[in-house]
Amino acid sequence: MTALATAPLRLEQIRIALAGRALLAVDATIAPGEVLTVMGPSGSGKSTLLAYMAGFLDPAFSASGGVWLGERNLLNLPAEKRGIGLLFQDPLLFPHLSVGGNLRFGLPRHSNEKRQLVSHALEQVGLADFQSRDPATLSGGQQSRVALMRLLLSTPQAVLLDEPFSKLDTALRQEMRALVFSQLREAGLPALLVTHDHADAKAAGGQVIELG
Amino acid sequence: MANNRNGLVATISITMLALALPAAADPAPSNWQAVLEEAEGQTVYWNAWGGDTRTNRYIDWVAEQMQAQYDVDVAHVKLDDTGSAVARVLAEKQAGNHDDGSIDLIWINGENFAAMRENDLLFGPFANALPNFALTNADENPEVVTDFTLPTEGYESPWGKAQITFYYDSAQMETPPQDMQALLAWAQDNPGQFSYPRIPDFTGSTFLKQALIELSDQDEALYQPVEDADFEAVTEPLWTYLDALHPHLWRSGRTFPDSGPNLRTLMSDGELSLAFSFYPTDAAVAVKEYELPESVRSYVLEGGTLGNVHFVAIPYNSPHKAGAMVLANFLLSPEAQAEKQSLTMWGDRSVLDIEQLDADAQALFEQGERHPSELPADALSNTLPEPHPSWMTALQDAWLERYGVN
Amino acid sequence: MLRLAPALIITLLVLPVGAGLVMVMLPAFGYLPVLGGHEASLAPWQALFAQPGLARSVAVSFASGLVSTAMALMMVVLFLAASRGTWLDRGIRRLVSPLLAIPHAAIAFGFAFLIAPSGLVARLLSPSLTGWERPPDALIVNDPWGLSLIAGLALKEMPFLLLMSLAALPQLQVDKRLMLARSLGYSPTLAWLKTVLPSLYPLIRLPVYAVIAYATSVVDMALILGPTLPPTLSVSILSWFNDPDITRRFMASAAAVLQLGVTLAALLCWWLLEQLTRLLTRNWLTNGSRQRGEIALRMVGRSALLLSSMTALAALVGLGLFSLAGFWRFPELLPQMLTLDHWQRSAPMLVKPLLNTALIGLASTALATALVLATLENEHRQHLQPKRALWLLYLPLIVPQIAFLFGLIVAAESLGIRPQLGLVIAGHLLFVLPYVYLSLAEAYRRLDPRWLQVASSLGVSRNAAFWRVRLPLLLAPLLTAFAVGLAISIGQYLPTQLLGAGRVTTVTTEAVALASGNNRRLIGVWALVQAGLPLIGFMLALALPRLLGAKRRALAT
Repeated sequence: MTALATAPLRLEQIRIALAGRALLAVDATIAPGEVLTVMGPSGSGKSTLLAYMAGFLDPAFSASGGVWLGERNLLNLPAEKRGIGLLFQDPLLFPHLSVGGNLRFGLPRHSNEKRQLVSHALEQVGLADFQSRDPATLSGGQQSRVALMRLLLSTPQAVLLDEPFSKLDTALRQEMRALVFSQLREAGLPALLVTHDHADAKAAGGQVIELG
Repeated sequence: MANNRNGLVATISITMLALALPAAADPAPSNWQAVLEEAEGQTVYWNAWGGDTRTNRYIDWVAEQMQAQYDVDVAHVKLDDTGSAVARVLAEKQAGNHDDGSIDLIWINGENFAAMRENDLLFGPFANALPNFALTNADENPEVVTDFTLPTEGYESPWGKAQITFYYDSAQMETPPQDMQALLAWAQDNPGQFSYPRIPDFTGSTFLKQALIELSDQDEALYQPVEDADFEAVTEPLWTYLDALHPHLWRSGRTFPDSGPNLRTLMSDGELSLAFSFYPTDAAVAVKEYELPESVRSYVLEGGTLGNVHFVAIPYNSPHKAGAMVLANFLLSPEAQAEKQSLTMWGDRSVLDIEQLDADAQALFEQGERHPSELPADALSNTLPEPHPSWMTALQDAWLERYGVN
Repeated sequence: MLRLAPALIITLLVLPVGAGLVMVMLPAFGYLPVLGGHEASLAPWQALFAQPGLARSVAVSFASGLVSTAMALMMVVLFLAASRGTWLDRGIRRLVSPLLAIPHAAIAFGFAFLIAPSGLVARLLSPSLTGWERPPDALIVNDPWGLSLIAGLALKEMPFLLLMSLAALPQLQVDKRLMLARSLGYSPTLAWLKTVLPSLYPLIRLPVYAVIAYATSVVDMALILGPTLPPTLSVSILSWFNDPDITRRFMASAAAVLQLGVTLAALLCWWLLEQLTRLLTRNWLTNGSRQRGEIALRMVGRSALLLSSMTALAALVGLGLFSLAGFWRFPELLPQMLTLDHWQRSAPMLVKPLLNTALIGLASTALATALVLATLENEHRQHLQPKRALWLLYLPLIVPQIAFLFGLIVAAESLGIRPQLGLVIAGHLLFVLPYVYLSLAEAYRRLDPRWLQVASSLGVSRNAAFWRVRLPLLLAPLLTAFAVGLAISIGQYLPTQLLGAGRVTTVTTEAVALASGNNRRLIGVWALVQAGLPLIGFMLALALPRLLGAKRRALAT
């Protein structure tokens, strides 16, 4: 996790509408290592914004505006080339792969020393002996940590977080917040967090946009 | 090839074109040596009813012999109904496929033969030119060139002989009925223990004809096209008879067994006490195969029973006519006919005039001890000839009209 | 490539059915030059309507299709409503899906032998209870009302509808609905009927329609169990097409068109019944009745399905007994001696048909699965709603086989396509594909889209994600769909026989040909072989995910 991404993530005049009804308008720049929090109630379109940026927008929506990573226009790229990592409220570890398999799934194909990278990542989050475990046997918190490591190993250049802590209990939530934000900062990644929890926004410590 | 068809069809068609044989002139049966040469390496698709394991076993044996002796591959296409093969040839003709048909030889007789002849669906004449045909001594045995009163004119080659044969369980019945009236009386005394297959089944229709011949005193009109006869008058005794018989049949005549072989199954279940078959050795075979008890005995009605010859014919669009003719000829060889007649193989009677064969060939037909369920050797001497095929259709329609809805 | 998939599927299915129908329509209206029919006429219809018993044939076909479907659906619905996940319920579920694999003819033969006056049930009771030394002369099998046919059909349709329902249920969040309804005071079975069924039915409606279409036009089961004087319309049609009097072809074609009409009328009637039921139950759904009928419904729900599954199993046992039987006379419950003779004599003849069956089944199912996956993946990528045109997929299930197959041969011959293995495989594809689609589409669309989003965000391309994420996650439904496809292919008789001109032999064509000889012992052997093949397919489909996912708990359920 030493590869520092340097480019900022820029959301340029983004407007999203559904059936002619405007949902949201955002214009912001996120510096490397910084977290932008977008807050709003259900239906305010915050998840739609993520889908638009990551390349999964349902064609029922109409959207305009640019998403730039440094000088690169991400909207011209297919989802898998955008270099945007995703973290959902569910860890979504692939059930047909082991813990190690899940981590390797995200590694670039030609990265050297895959084994070492994987075991190092697991050590970092206190799961050193978990490589060959079935994800279904892990606790919720453990799964979340594996999901985070899978994301980081795939060396994204920006990260989108979709209420990643909302399903965790209070104690675990604080621990995960700390872990996620410190890892992102350390990796120097620009990140966009959507949530309806003010504590998330506070822990993220960056700008906050309120929708709806 | 038209290029506007979708890919799959085009691919299949192209493959087929590549596989299709060039349309050759039909082989002339008179030049037998040429036929033999042309037959070499051919695959003959022989469509034959496949409901009987013994027939199937015999056809397998024939296929082995054909391969070894003539280098002809014989593939048995098992039918559940010979009519489906006729329908197939007709469909091919309708589609304009006149030289690459899918059937090379059909096991056939009676109505199906008449229909195929009438619609020009058969190749021929070829049968009389087969070298082994002479062994049937057709001049003395007109049944091998006559199919339901129609002259075969060389469009089909004789293969075997069938005759209605009754069988009963001697442990339960001492003297079985010997004619139609006795059958009626017996059925009245033993209700629910006899039936015949539902019309238009072949065996069932044969029972109708048997009854009609006997009840009408072998009316001459039966051997002419039905259009020339007073159908109502001729068949009147038959309907009177059936009206009397039906209430005493199995299930009171409210349903009928669906086929000849089904009679055997019902005998085996103990539902029937008296049944009949078109194959004289059927009961003996069924005893051997555990279907019927050993006390079963076969017999033929006193006034004789209906018998006929079954044939093989070649569709007009067969691509392997030479192979089919070689096969038809082999089927007429003493070797093949003797094997067919043996009870351990099939038990179907020979169409050859055995007494005219040379001593070696005659020896092939020597059978061992007769099976106790089999007919006595001389029982089949009294064979009633088949009526004109148009009677069968007319009888079937009239039967369905009267009894087809209960 | 992918974008062409839906069009390709529809072309593959609609063209043959359409061509077949046209080639049957023409003779139905008098045009068949090869038999001298050069101009349009209504004579074939006049001949058809003059057939004795035609109205009864039509009525029996129509009614047996509707009644058997209603019975099967009722059994399935009540079972699901009453089922509480006990070991018994789970056991029944496990039992049912292999039953789906057993071909219709095999079930029909076994069932007939069970209920016939000389059958297993009568033997069990005789002579001790009944005093019967001979089988009673009672008309049970082939009864004029088609009751035994209806029972046989219901027996065979029930597993299919259950499997389709089980596939659709997970998306309805049944547990939450039940919990909610029960917290409002509803007893469990009523809670299910009032909160789950109204959402479930629309999801299994198409399979229900397919069942009706099949049941109104079935040939093999009707031959074995159906009435005889007159037989069902479909059986009459087959005998007219094969009639030695080949001018009957005109009338047979008209009858085939009539069969299509009967099937469509049955579907329409069902649709009207649906509307009526909706009207009548609108009040019941919200009338607040929470308990009434609970116990009766629960009893019926469990026992009906259990009973019919046991009947199907007993039918198989009967077939097994016969395949080993020496002499066996009424009223003996068991054969006097057992013998392997029948198996030994059949063994050498089994090899080629078995190979053909496996080849045709695997090829047609693999093709069908590939096409269905391509269509679904295309739909997913293009964010398409399921296309309306995909309704056409079900055409081969709705249009009776007997109505278009005879025409299809003529069409194929006219194009110079000769009978051969490839044509048989293409023919099976017609019937396999819709079933594979039915079995797979729901699971495919239901898969959480975030799985693929995660994969993309990890830098994996869509194509790679399809192979590395989607297929592994869909392994269980994929295998089930494959097994269903295999079972459908293995059971096909008419398409195999007609498109292969009898040259391509499968265990089913051999079984039907041998069945015409009525030797129960051989029928037993062949029916078991016929049932055994798809059964193996289902066992594998059930076992493979467990084996592959032995270490992956979330996949093994």
